[in-house]
Amino acid sequence: MKGVYTWGAILAIVFASVVGDVLLARAMKQVGDVGALRRRVGLLGVIRRTLGNPHFLFGVIAMAVAFFSLLFALSWGDVSLVAPAAASLTFIGNAVAAKIFLHERVDRRRWIAASLVAAGVALLAG
Amino acid sequence: MLSHGMKQAGSISLNHLQGVIFAILNPWVAIGILLLLAFFSTYMTALSWADLTYVLPATSLGYVLLALVARFLLHEHVSPLRWLGIALITGGVGFIAGGPVLTEHPKAAELDDQCAVAATSSPLLSKDASSRAPNGVRS
Repeated sequence: MKGVYTWGAILAIVFASVVGDVLLARAMKQVGDVGALRRRVGLLGVIRRTLGNPHFLFGVIAMAVAFFSLLFALSWGDVSLVAPAAASLTFIGNAVAAKIFLHERVDRRRWIAASLVAAGVALLAG
Repeated sequence: MLSHGMKQAGSISLNHLQGVIFAILNPWVAIGILLLLAFFSTYMTALSWADLTYVLPATSLGYVLLALVARFLLHEHVSPLRWLGIALITGGVGFIAGGPVLTEHPKAAELDDQCAVAATSSPLLSKDASSRAPNGVRS
């Protein structure tokens, strides 16, 4: 029964963090190069501009959902199972989501790297 | 950190959500949350410089670190298969970070500012940014 709870929480983490990652990545692409922006408007300006971005807000909410799912999952299972399993599925989901929603050019090298990393964390989970 | 704290806090039931509050008050969990905040700000900075599909595999080095911490600090068992997983992750990250893609399309978030400027002025990223920033932040 604990296994069912753990995997349910893991799936919740994956879904929420893929949504959150895509929204945050989109927000930061809108905000722009933090280094150049900081020289222009200062650190507070960067923070204000980032916090004011609606994509950032929703991304953080999704990340918060993922985080509390992680807390639940960690209270039910080992960190060396929960974190890699959730991450492995998150990598696959994120590569697909980044291609579809962010129109990133996910070339063969990135697919291979993402698969290697996902396989690696899957092995860590097993 | 979080695992250590949550194991101290005990199993949380869906029917007793006030357990979550006690868990947050646990100092181990608090330190873990602070470290996650530090991770988050650097992660956002990296995302402003590079693609999600570049940053995310790079951050997966954290899972290698996590496994090592789980092995040596939390004393969880790490089987040979898991060591192979650690090797695969390291190889995958090396694959994306060390290859010629870095010189052709410089998107290395963790390099110096000059590299970051070059990355944001690359045609792919500029196109993405201008098409998604109607308020003209980038242009």
